[in-house]
Amino acid sequence: MRAPDTILPLCVEALRFAAGGVEILHGVSFTLEAGPPTVVIGPNGAGKSVLLRLLHGLLPPGGGAVRWATAPDRSAPRQAMVFQRPVLLRRSVMANVAYPLALAGIGPRERARRAEEALDLVGLSALADRPARRLSGGEQQRLALARAAALGPEVLFLDEPCASLDPSATRAVEEIVAALARRGTKIVMTTHDIGQARRLAGDVIFLHRGRVVERAPAARFFVAPETPEAAAFLQGELVW
Amino acid sequence: MGDLHAASTAALGLILAADPAVMGIVGLSLQVSLTAVLLAALVGLPLGALLAVTRFPGRQSVIVALNALMGLPPVVAGLLIYLLLSRSGPLGPLGLLFTPSAMVIAQAVLIAPILAALTRETLSGLWEEYAEQLRSFGAGPLRAVPTLLWDGRFALLTVLLAGFGRASAEVGAVMIVGGNIEGFTRVMTTAIALETSKGDLPLALALGLVLMGIVLAVNVLAQVLRSAASRWAG
Ligand SMILES: Nc1ncnc2c1ncn2[C@@H]1O[C@H](COP(=O)(O)OP(=O)(O)OP(=O)(O)O)[C@@H](O)[C@H]1O
Ligand SMILES: [Mg+2]
Repeated sequence: MRAPDTILPLCVEALRFAAGGVEILHGVSFTLEAGPPTVVIGPNGAGKSVLLRLLHGLLPPGGGAVRWATAPDRSAPRQAMVFQRPVLLRRSVMANVAYPLALAGIGPRERARRAEEALDLVGLSALADRPARRLSGGEQQRLALARAAALGPEVLFLDEPCASLDPSATRAVEEIVAALARRGTKIVMTTHDIGQARRLAGDVIFLHRGRVVERAPAARFFVAPETPEAAAFLQGELVW
Repeated sequence: MGDLHAASTAALGLILAADPAVMGIVGLSLQVSLTAVLLAALVGLPLGALLAVTRFPGRQSVIVALNALMGLPPVVAGLLIYLLLSRSGPLGPLGLLFTPSAMVIAQAVLIAPILAALTRETLSGLWEEYAEQLRSFGAGPLRAVPTLLWDGRFALLTVLLAGFGRASAEVGAVMIVGGNIEGFTRVMTTAIALETSKGDLPLALALGLVLMGIVLAVNVLAQVLRSAASRWAG
């Protein structure tokens, strides 16, 4: 069970990141509050995946700060991430979900219960004993989502969770994400699917060339974007 | 030609009749080499895994040293163990020289660097793939060691088989520290060397056939493991 204290809001201050001599994020600032999903959108190479890795703590900031309300505690992870290309362990589907739970110090019985619940959530219960890496691309992505959700994180970072899913699986994942959000998990996700962003987002961060060009409630962003870049981006997508 | 034919027939006869002398030698060989692999694995696998996941100054030198040790000539290893175990050596009081235990030690010393180097190679690739995902779960390099050892289990079994193959085919080291004493420290390789020089070709050939059979079985097993591995690795 989650402790009553919370790691939100998250304050991101003048966050910079460079790799290989190239500046990827040029001083990004925003605050993340508890509530409906925050969707990060922007063209390829905008820096969305790098931003999520920085927030999750996998990359050290090159400048600025990522400040959680309470210091992150590694023994009981309060935040989890599903990568754009998830890495599944060479184990069964069930063992993949159980692994991070064991790392978090959760006992075997509770672990099994949570893992079964999470697999059920993503519709993979029937495949529990199969080698995880033999699943189809879409099944692997759902497994990665189940694995992160089983941890019951307060904040869940999802990097294009529907990138290789068919339309019905995409809908299924959207429903799971919406359900997690309703249960109080703060979702921070990237997507290239404007329709999906519309369906899920509470608010939008529009990232372009390593800068937050626009940050707005979803209701306003999709109807009346304030910046020409955001308008052009939405327009471009609408043409498709 | 006639010699070879007669010797082969006699050799097959020895094997099929489960000749006690042959079986005793084969049994001791297996026992020595399997124990040596087990001991070497206890050191070599964790060491190789640690080298795969950690970065420290001098790591490269350790890897170079390990790779050099892989090519350590068995007679040299045998000589070093001999000096350690001989009556006047530092471990002399243990009285291990010319016992099967000495042979186990010699083979373990020979193959531990091989197991460590092959393990490091095998697990480095796996770590490269897993590192970020494991870090996201809160697992650092040390916690990753058992994870990598388990997830690399099929590849590591073939590493163990390679070690076993090397140990059971080795003759120089066990000859020096075991002494090739009949019924006590005589194993397949040392027996083959001795019987050949004595001219007892059927016995030498029988042992040679068994040794080849074992090597073949080990390779078949490695192949089976590789296909099992690809089933799980996808
Ligand atoms: N480790 C790295 N070294 C050098 N360049 C990097 C590194 N990681 C990311 N980049 C570069 O930073 C930029 C942003 O990468 P990022 O993966 O965050 O983009 P993205 O917005 O997620 O794009 P996509 O929509 O295609 O997933 C890209 O130009 C990428 O090539
Ligand atoms: Mg990306």
